[in-house]
Amino acid sequence: MNNLVILPIVIPLLAGVALIFFRKQIRVQRYVTTLSLLLLAVVTMVLIQQVSDAGTQTLNLGGWDPPFGIVLVADMFALLLMLATVIVAFCCVLYGFRTIGEAREKHYLYPFIHFLLVGVMGSFLTGDLFNLFVFFEVMLLASYILVSLGGTKDQLRESLKYVLINIVSSMFFLVAIGYLYAITGTLNFADLSMRIAETGQDGLITTVAIFLLLVFAIKAALLMYFWLPGAYVVPPMAISAMFAALLTKVGIYAIFRTFTLIFYHEPAVTHQLIAWLGILTMIFGAIGAVAYWDVRKILAYNVVIAVGFIFAGLAVFTEVALAGSIYYLMHDMVVKALLFLLGGVMIGLTGTDQLRKMSGMIRNHAALGWMFFLAALALAGIPPLSGFIGKLLILQGAIGEGFYILAAVGLVTSLMVLYSVMKIFMNGFWGENQLSVEDERMSTRGLLFPCAILATITVGLGLGVEWVNVYALQAAEVLNNPQLYIEAVLPNAD
Amino acid sequence: MEILMSVLAGVLFMAGTYLVLAKSLIRIVLGTAVLGHGALLLLLTMGGLKTGAPPILGIESTAYTDPLPQALILTAIVINFGVLGFFLVLAYRSYQELGTDDMEQLRGTEDE
Repeated sequence: MNNLVILPIVIPLLAGVALIFFRKQIRVQRYVTTLSLLLLAVVTMVLIQQVSDAGTQTLNLGGWDPPFGIVLVADMFALLLMLATVIVAFCCVLYGFRTIGEAREKHYLYPFIHFLLVGVMGSFLTGDLFNLFVFFEVMLLASYILVSLGGTKDQLRESLKYVLINIVSSMFFLVAIGYLYAITGTLNFADLSMRIAETGQDGLITTVAIFLLLVFAIKAALLMYFWLPGAYVVPPMAISAMFAALLTKVGIYAIFRTFTLIFYHEPAVTHQLIAWLGILTMIFGAIGAVAYWDVRKILAYNVVIAVGFIFAGLAVFTEVALAGSIYYLMHDMVVKALLFLLGGVMIGLTGTDQLRKMSGMIRNHAALGWMFFLAALALAGIPPLSGFIGKLLILQGAIGEGFYILAAVGLVTSLMVLYSVMKIFMNGFWGENQLSVEDERMSTRGLLFPCAILATITVGLGLGVEWVNVYALQAAEVLNNPQLYIEAVLPNAD
Repeated sequence: MEILMSVLAGVLFMAGTYLVLAKSLIRIVLGTAVLGHGALLLLLTMGGLKTGAPPILGIESTAYTDPLPQALILTAIVINFGVLGFFLVLAYRSYQELGTDDMEQLRGTEDE
């Protein structure tokens, strides 16, 4: 029992509610948003320290014992993702102060960013399947509004599709919860895991598991990614960056949680399926990333490729590969946000997102150019930077366990990723300079600072592997050994 | 009774799926509402339809119906209601702004 566990949900909730009353005072909104995010980062770091010292922390809401009440569980995996979430949200908000514009800011932008964070944090922390559904809906409803806020034609068109896809997948989620409740009679993760371990994972449970995989795969863009390029292209870049870094990652987290804690008894069926889904996701994502000459589309398809790659670690299912996935997940959140923000600066300066219409920007914007170069190398997994160690661990695991196709596709798509982002770099920054300072559509004042924070973290994650690895291995230990999670939640169970 | 309800939920899912695949936007919105009803009915059925008193302790009885699915459904109804409200307004606003409710015309590929 540790009351600190609920603070990551309460802080953004209270800040969001409070900001509703200050709709027109943009300065107040900005200060409160900055403060609440900093506070959130501090709380998360304190929790990480506690979990690292004393093991998984839990909080039984209302004082009811776990299978009967809702339990919040803060294990290392959730906390690392939460820390990455806070950092990314902080940088995107700083960037948004300069770029989003007053009209949107006056229409409850910051409250909805806070509610999005409530949903994301809640999904990471909860230990109950239906509660996960509720936090998913909190997150999705906030994201529907953030996609459509501003009401341009593109936004309306794409948000219709985004909302429809997510409503359908939420209905499937409800159905899956219904089936699982009928079979097991419980919705608590730890209790579910125990009961399925007792009775064995028969065909019925495996079917429900695959159904649940379908639900989360739609949210995580695992093969079912058709909604993603459209929906991530239309909102303002600061919001796109936040979506790219956070939304699919919550789906990924949910799949990792359910398939390491509950449905881990039939890896020959479920984890093989995940491996194939991952392979197809990487291939299709790579085709998309290579095909387009549109900065936003290329970056959106890179989100898809990374999703496929992260699941390679889950498919392999050894402790080291899982640690690799966790490491890659954190790296990917930071570096995707960085790339989207830098791409946003490029689009803002030139006024177009077509690569063929921009060139030579390095002359006037050297810092921007080299930061993009750094982010591109980190994304592809060049050794001193953050993407390398995660890829190395996952590929070592894949080759060691005999997943040769998975490893080969992972390596080849890494090349495609490098090609697609280098295409942006070489077309945008090299060549003749067509854009004089007077022609630029906006100034970069204040925009490079949040990018620099993320770039520093990317380099830090790469150079500080030894230091981060301690935490990643702790997270992987809980994923690989569900008994640790169950003992933390249900200490009195035999 | 469970079999009958399962068949009914199946029919609702069928109708909902058919409507969601339609061209007209308002049919799609109605389709999501029908899908929602199907999902909630299934949740109720899966909780078990064994007869018993309503889950109110004031009523003396040896057996009560399972209260948990009812609480889940109540939560899900409110969420579905909020989302449906938003989706209806979004559809209305899109109709005003884009001048069409035909999904074929909302592909968004005109610039390629």
